[in-house]
Order: sequence, then structure tokens, then C-alpha cells
Amino acid sequence: MTLPPEVQDPVLRKGLAQVAAATALAAVVLGLSYARDLELERELGGAFARGFVQVLAMGALIGVLFSVPLFASGLLLAAMVAYAAWESRKRGDGVPRAFRVSLTGIALGSSVVIATMLAAGAIEPTVRNLVPVGGMIIANAMKTNSLALDRFKGEIENNRAEIEALLAVGVPPRAAVSEHVTQSVRASLIPVVDAMRTLGLVYIPGMMAGMILGGANPIYAAQYQFVIMGMIFAAGGLTSMTTSLLVGRYAFTEADQLRRFEESSPTVLSALRSLR
Amino acid sequence: MPPKLATEGLSFAVDGDRIVDGVDLAVSAGETLTIVGPSGAGKSTVLRLLCRLDEPTDGTVSLDGTDYRRLDPPELRARVGMVPQAPALRDGTVRENVVIGPRLRGETVEPGRVEDLLARVDLDGYADRETADLSGGEAQRVAIARTLVMNPEVLLLDEPTASLDPAARTEIEGLLADLLAASEMTVVLVTHDQAQVDRIADRVVRLADGEVSDRGHPEEVIA
Repeated sequence: MTLPPEVQDPVLRKGLAQVAAATALAAVVLGLSYARDLELERELGGAFARGFVQVLAMGALIGVLFSVPLFASGLLLAAMVAYAAWESRKRGDGVPRAFRVSLTGIALGSSVVIATMLAAGAIEPTVRNLVPVGGMIIANAMKTNSLALDRFKGEIENNRAEIEALLAVGVPPRAAVSEHVTQSVRASLIPVVDAMRTLGLVYIPGMMAGMILGGANPIYAAQYQFVIMGMIFAAGGLTSMTTSLLVGRYAFTEADQLRRFEESSPTVLSALRSLR
Repeated sequence: MPPKLATEGLSFAVDGDRIVDGVDLAVSAGETLTIVGPSGAGKSTVLRLLCRLDEPTDGTVSLDGTDYRRLDPPELRARVGMVPQAPALRDGTVRENVVIGPRLRGETVEPGRVEDLLARVDLDGYADRETADLSGGEAQRVAIARTLVMNPEVLLLDEPTASLDPAARTEIEGLLADLLAASEMTVVLVTHDQAQVDRIADRVVRLADGEVSDRGHPEEVIA
């Protein structure tokens, strides 16, 4: 049996050396976490290993992926949104209906942006363009969703007594948590806002650099990069606001009582049930 | 005339564990009822149930004869306001904390009202102080003013002196006794302090293991 030409390519050996260097750096982080008793080794190491396997699989499959018909890319993006919501909801474990909230937030934030930019011609209606750009937007929406859930959970847990003290004098639930919802939105948008603020000064995105090196007009490359950043910004903002609004509502019972956040390990089935 | 606030068979359970079990209470308008009993007897839970911060698993609560589930919860809590055990104030000034209820309900507070309330809780001149600079007793008094600003018909007090040192405790007790004597408010006070019972209560209910074990006038029920 002969190996496919991609696997025989000598550049892979160079790639492996680079992977080894990156892994060594990650190992330093894990080592520091262990030495400082942060107990994050499992989560960080798991995420690192998973990322490597997943991106290799995607690299191997991307040729096949780009040959699927256009309508299938819609299904692919929908599957990406569902998986992103499944992963992201873990950041809000214990927050009522975290999966449903994540699915709604990420789906809304990314679909509005993808649809608008498709209509504006900023994303070409081809699988080759739609899947990677759509995936990038979904991934950023997921990141914002995770940060919003994580912060909201912390805000409620740390301020439960204060929120209940307000409920106890007749403050409606939405008003009692509005400050904490705002904090969650603000915290979740920090990475996006900082990236926007430093765009071109500290943060010189790879896509723009690649386009310029590939011979594109540098001004157009910059314009297009700004469009990409704008999409990430909009998807993050829409996701964060949707998610925070929904968790702020689901945190209360129908009788306006603040729910207890009980951690659980939902199964796919229970997550699907929560959608009803 | 129905009692101002009444419960019938009021019960609350968590995972099958009954914390409050079949409690019947009736508080007349203007009366001060004190709930006493050892730690873990379910006293604070009864108060939370009375303003529906928790949902009864069984039984009913009625306000002026109306089942409280027929009232919008924020409206119910504006009428039956609770002062929690810990003041749980927000960062900011005393004034901001006192008016937070009406402000977040979209209501206005008439000029001079904050000063009047602060005078009633012996905090004259405190309106613009930061809550971070208050002592435990001062913070608790701000929490009382935060509830009083709503003009509640029923005031629920959950061990208002539990976390205070003896001097501040005496201070707050005196304040409550004066406040209650001067008002028409109906009060339910949870405490395990006999001095508070003697000083403030019209009637006493004793809870043990979530059930009423004794009830009567202060001299008949030993806390």
C-alpha cells in the first residue's frame, strides 16, 4: 500500500518539528499550572490535544469539504453552530437552559452576520469561502457566548444576596439583574473590543498579511480585513446581548424567584429536551 | 375581617426534605408577630415563603384574604417587604441604596423622603456617605430604610441583629421598638433573641424542625 502524496511530503517533517515546539510551550503552561496548584492541567491539556486532532482532521478533509454542493455548506454551518453551543454551554454549567441560550445566541449572532455579508457580497456564495469565513464567525460568536455565560454565572453566584434583597422590596427581576447582565456583556466583548482598538497597530491579522503577500492591493486587503473584524465584532455583540438577555430571564422562575444554579452534566438528549 | 397575612399548611421541601411543614399563621393588621426557635428550625425559610422568594411546595399564603399567587410577585413584595439578615447593599452612597427599590421600579421618590427615612433609622446626615464606609449596624439600618421607602403594609425582618456586636444590637432593637410603636405596620420578626421578643412582640410562634411547636403571648412562650 502506498501512502497518499500529502503524507509523504517532506514538509510534514518540518511541520512536526514546529508542532513539537508549540507543544513544548503548551507543556510549560501545564507545568506552571501544576506547580502553582491551579488544577487546570486537564482542561488546558485536553483542549490543546483536541484542537490538534481536530485541525489535522479538518486539514485532511478540507479538499472533500470544498467539493460538496453549496446547500450542504448551510448544513455544515448549522452543525458547527450546534457543536459550538454544546461546547460553550459548559461555561455556564448550572445556568438554567444554558444549551438553549447558547444555541440561540450563537445561531442568531452568526446567522445575521453571515446572511448580511453574503447579501453585501463580502462573503462569496461558494463553499470555499462560506465554510471557512462562516466557521471563523461562529467560533468568535462561541467565544463571546462562553465569556458571557461564565461571567453571568459568577455575577449571580457572587451577588445572590443583593439580587434577592432587591426582589424582596418589589424590584422586578429584569431590573434586579440588569447591572449584572451589563457586566456580562461588557466582559464578554473585551477581546473583540481590544482587538478592534489595536487593529493595525499591535494586531496585524494574518489574513491581511497573506493577501498582501499574495499580490492583492494593500488598501483593499486592509479594507477586507476590516470587514472581517466588523463581522466578528457584530457577531460577538449580537451573540453576547442575546445570550445575556436570555440568561437574565431564565435565571428566574415564573414567580420571579431567583433559581439556584445547580451544576449538572447534561446529555445530548436532556439538552435537546431543554429546547422545548 | 380577614387577617392581614395568613398561612395555611405552609410547607417547603428541597429534594423531599421538609424544611417547613404545615405551618399555620395569622397576623392581624398592625400586629407584631415574632417567630422564634433554634437554628435550622425553618424560621428564615418561612419569611422567604411569606414574600414568595421561594415557592411553597404545599399550603397557601393570603394577603388581606387573597391568595398571594393571584398577585404579581413584584407587587406582592412591594406590599410585603423583607429586610434580609445580611444588609447586602450595593457599592455607592447610602442615598442610592435607600432609593434603589423605587428607582428600579421606575417610581419617583419625593424630595426630602430619603432624609426623613434616614432620620427614622437614626442616620441623619448619612445620605451621601459611601456604603463601604459604614459599620455593620449602620449598614443594617440602611437596609431597613431601603425596605421602608416602599411603604410596605407588612414588614418582614429576618434576624436583623444576628450579625451585629452587642452594642449595635441594642441600638437596632431600640430603633425597631420605636419604629414599630410609631407605625401601623404589620410586622413578622424572626429572631432567637429573648430580649427582642420581650421588647417588640405582640405574639410569638415557636418553630421546631419546621413545625409550630408553641404559640401564644411573649410571656407564655419561652424563646
